[in-house]
Amino acid sequence: MTTNAYNPMTAKEVTRFILDKKPLFILDVRNETDYADWRIEGETVQSINIPYFDLLEGVEAAIERMPAEGQVLVVCAKEGSSKFVAEQLAETGRTDVFYLEGGMKAWSEYLEPVKVADLQGGGELYQFVRIGKGCLSYMVLSDGEAATIDTLRITDVFEQFAAEKKAEIKHTIDTHLHADHISGGRQLAEKVGATYWLPPKDAGEVTFEYAALNDANEITVGGTKIKIQALYSPGHTIGSTSFIVDDRYLLSGDILFVESIGRPDLAGLAEDWVGDLRNTLYSRYKELSEELIVLPAHFGKITELGEGGKVSARLGDLFAHNPGLNIHDEDEFRRTVTENLPQHPNSYQQIRQTNMGKIAPTADEQREMEIGPNRCAVHDK
Amino acid sequence: MSNQSQIQVDLTLDCKGLACPMPIVKTKKAIETVQSGQVVEVQATDKGSLADMQGWARTTGHQYLGTIEENGVLKHFIRKSSSDEAKPEVKFSVTMTTEELQAKLDGGEAIVVLDVREPAEYAFQHVKGAVSIPFGELESRAGELSSDASIAVICRTGTRSDLACQLLQEKGFANVANVLPGMTGWNGPTSKLI
Repeated sequence: MTTNAYNPMTAKEVTRFILDKKPLFILDVRNETDYADWRIEGETVQSINIPYFDLLEGVEAAIERMPAEGQVLVVCAKEGSSKFVAEQLAETGRTDVFYLEGGMKAWSEYLEPVKVADLQGGGELYQFVRIGKGCLSYMVLSDGEAATIDTLRITDVFEQFAAEKKAEIKHTIDTHLHADHISGGRQLAEKVGATYWLPPKDAGEVTFEYAALNDANEITVGGTKIKIQALYSPGHTIGSTSFIVDDRYLLSGDILFVESIGRPDLAGLAEDWVGDLRNTLYSRYKELSEELIVLPAHFGKITELGEGGKVSARLGDLFAHNPGLNIHDEDEFRRTVTENLPQHPNSYQQIRQTNMGKIAPTADEQREMEIGPNRCAVHDK
Repeated sequence: MSNQSQIQVDLTLDCKGLACPMPIVKTKKAIETVQSGQVVEVQATDKGSLADMQGWARTTGHQYLGTIEENGVLKHFIRKSSSDEAKPEVKFSVTMTTEELQAKLDGGEAIVVLDVREPAEYAFQHVKGAVSIPFGELESRAGELSSDASIAVICRTGTRSDLACQLLQEKGFANVANVLPGMTGWNGPTSKLI
């Protein structure tokens, strides 16, 4: 007797398919609304959607639409339904059947660490790519010390990574009060005894203690070797702050992305902040060296992922090619960033409240609030 | 509890603590045991059951009445439709047999034969003159067809072509027929690419 097996595939393994550009066929069995809202994407990923409740009588309808051979990954919200469907597929004799371990929840939480560079002072800079949601975090390592920037809620990843690098996390820094994801900066700082930095203009309503991050502040990592220079750059939020790390890397937060620019409306003050956004992008950033490498807090499209999954671009190239930096007419700029914006990120109001410490949802509730794409850029659709 | 007493329930199903797909699997089984018109209350704690219950009801034709949330328990109310209002397995109504198709082609009728099987299946054998658009690509490639043409859609056994007919109808194609049983019953002239 042969056993018709099906196996788990982890979010990490799925990420490898995408980054290595290997073909993967996905049968997503969530309901149509969830699939339309957010799904696993990649240049070499082909996916179809048939809700599991349409496959209760049998999986023929799915088999008809699959390629005859090759790996098939069944995906659902949490895992249960994908196992249910994967088992039925395997029973028809189909081989190479997998289900996504932990479902889209695990996908949303997976972080791929990507090395950005060795720093001049002997340290390292890493980017953490949250591939399922489009968030990017950073870690600066130097001389046994570490600082994290725009830390995500999944703080154990940063803790473990620092431990592997034998570094102590001294600072967790947020470029701004996030609206699309729950910050892990405060939680991580409390856990490891680090300092949590937040721009004071975004922290007017917060309920906790923090270190105020002001323009021209310098934070050092590993003695005096690596500098993180704060650069006040309002627009996405009134407090939004960018950082220049090691004189070379511009961590632009949600102000400037590789293929788009930040949206000014998530705190309900789009009209007020348009001028700040324009000033930051068209004046303050213009004064910086074009050789700076921009490292944003988000990517919008999977095609923005470069070598090894890294999301970055030279500032001068962005001034030449990024559509958001090439709107010369101020009125047109105002219209672009205030009208016809993409939908708001899911639960963004609650996420802001959580990041201010006003509400304290459980881990499960936090996970639920973060489901879906980030939609922080004006060109996200 | 007052609002709940106003809803007459014929069967209550406890799916608390169960993760998907179990709430829907159990609901489906429960609905089979009650009479048309009767109402089943499904108690679930899986938040995802809400959207799935609505989706399942939509595809099966049973009536989703609504959901009440009480103390973290979602109570979904589903009314079983009578057999004539429940959606039968959706089938495209306009069909023709392979013999009828052959007769039309032999008679020189202007008819487009659309083969929605995968390229490999098409390559080995297809109805002479058939156009190939695999079902998975039809959504994006339907524009290659003329919407007022007479189109006979064929696959291997009539299932994919049925779905293809439905899709084309949604896209405004007025003159579409599903060829039954499909290539398995085709005895007319064929071509191949290899």
